[in-house]
Amino acid sequence: MELFWQQVLSGLATGSIYASLALALVMIYQATHLVNFAQGEMAMFSTYIAWALIQAGLPYWAAFVLTVAIAFVGGVAIERIVIRPLESANVLSLVIVFIGLLVIFNSVAGWIFTYTIKTFPSPFPAEARFTHGYISAHEMGMIAVVLVVLALLFAFFRFTSLGLAMRAAAQNPISSRLVGIRVGWMLALGWGLAAAVGAVAGMMVAPIIFLDPNMMSGVLLYGFAAALLGGIDNPVGAVVGGFIVGVMENLVGAFVIGPDLKLTVALVLIIGVLVVRPAGLLGRRVVTRV
Amino acid sequence: MTPGSDHRNRWGVAATAVVLACALPLVLSNYQTFQLTLALIYAIALFGLNLLTGYNGQISLGHGAFYAIGAYTAAILMDHYDLPYWATIVPAGVVCLGAGFLFGLPALRLEGLYLALATFALAVCTPQLLKYKLIEKWTGGVQGIVLLKPDPPLDLPISADRWLYYFTLAITVLAFLFGWNLLRGRTGRALVAIRDHPIAAETMGINAALYKSLAFGVSAMYTGIAGALGAIVVQFVAPDSFSPFLSISFLVGVVVGGLASISGAIFGGLVVEFIPNVADSISKAAPWAIYGIFLLGFMYLMPSGVAGALRVLAMRKTTRQTQGAHVAPPLTRSTGEVPQKSQ
Repeated sequence: MELFWQQVLSGLATGSIYASLALALVMIYQATHLVNFAQGEMAMFSTYIAWALIQAGLPYWAAFVLTVAIAFVGGVAIERIVIRPLESANVLSLVIVFIGLLVIFNSVAGWIFTYTIKTFPSPFPAEARFTHGYISAHEMGMIAVVLVVLALLFAFFRFTSLGLAMRAAAQNPISSRLVGIRVGWMLALGWGLAAAVGAVAGMMVAPIIFLDPNMMSGVLLYGFAAALLGGIDNPVGAVVGGFIVGVMENLVGAFVIGPDLKLTVALVLIIGVLVVRPAGLLGRRVVTRV
Repeated sequence: MTPGSDHRNRWGVAATAVVLACALPLVLSNYQTFQLTLALIYAIALFGLNLLTGYNGQISLGHGAFYAIGAYTAAILMDHYDLPYWATIVPAGVVCLGAGFLFGLPALRLEGLYLALATFALAVCTPQLLKYKLIEKWTGGVQGIVLLKPDPPLDLPISADRWLYYFTLAITVLAFLFGWNLLRGRTGRALVAIRDHPIAAETMGINAALYKSLAFGVSAMYTGIAGALGAIVVQFVAPDSFSPFLSISFLVGVVVGGLASISGAIFGGLVVEFIPNVADSISKAAPWAIYGIFLLGFMYLMPSGVAGALRVLAMRKTTRQTQGAHVAPPLTRSTGEVPQKSQ
């Protein structure tokens, strides 16, 4: 039983990473109806930037804040420079562009930082005091950080006029433009926020899975699964989905099929959700008028 | 220019291409011939993917899985059952036809990017599944299966690489003829109709579910045949050769080559085989970054692929008569998008 609870708790911890990545995907999906395949690599690259900053002697939290800021600016820049000119291109061209970004980030990271696996520091103490060994301090901290990020995002979208404008631009671009919202810039901001959330996810997961250019491919897949499970147009759903996927992955991996086929869980989950309930747990059903 | 002469032109171009393809190995080295063989093999796989994505509008990022199934089918048949290499092509195609049809059934519920995601998951899982312990007896686990290079028959005085090239070329020509025949008739029109307007297609009496799963099956069959050829030519299959990147480069090949275009598959095959080499020769340090930049460049400069760009060039040259005659336009952005409420 102890093992069971251990698995559940560490599942919640990894789940928080899936949740934030899923959230980043959902944010871009809501605004543009595109799924950003490069999201994981963008997060990986931001984590490398954080690593470089820490190596340069910055204290952890300063590097953390700076990395989030850099990721935000980078996300906005990518939208402006790469995605914007292809606004009216077909969906496949955009998929190819995302793939192009994915390999560019992956390759440049390997080129600058080499492919050797690096350790990444954790800001939390090594010894956990109140958890009786069920969960490490880093995992606790990770869940806390993700929950704080979620609360901030929620507050931003719910209580600020910029957040409202962004939601409006995502929901109905034409009317938003008519009331004077600069829809293009709202999309760019959405990209920036998604990149920033991804950077947080990367920095939180790196102490566990270590830093290397391919660290995010598995995580991204679980992020997809989480986003779909929760409903790809629902941010709350994405978070709930993330935690569910994390716990499920750990339990199934530990008790049912062993670690070899863990990724296949994500495949089965993705296909299962899409077939049984394509809108996800909390998603809105889309009814199309023809 | 009349449509008839346009038609004759196409046959002329195709015949010239085949003659050229036959002559090329005479001037190339064995290694270059081998590379060209791989490009042909990719062209077959891309033809299959183009059938699904270009003509039928279903995006797949998981065709590497079918390529792997085809390759493993061929390898297991040769390794465990001592079948000659040429006899493994058809079984590999049949197995993949079945696998693709079965995967196509749940895929019926999915559209656009959702399908891309589901198939991407398939691509990511493929190496893990191939390493799975219970089937290790057949697949050879992580080590994979090593095959022998087949000798040319009848003591022909050519090298094994050249023989495999001609063998592959023959199958490519057959596969393309079959596919062209399939696409120019009722089936092809049905596939395009489903892509362009599913509801209108159904009211015309097209069984969309059947055609869509069949498209998936036939598409997987092509890719599986390519996989079997790939296993024979490379003489080796192992789980890590079928990484998600293989599937991704298939989709890249289809889009860069040209969607919904038969010649696009050939251009795409050349792109898949040679662009990584070109990128590698430009920068040893970060070849994939160069590859990515190529992709972005292609999408900016030739959004409808090489075949599309050539078509535009040809159209500018000829009179307006031929405009739109044999053109199946590429997908629009609206595919797979959730429609916005319009005012």
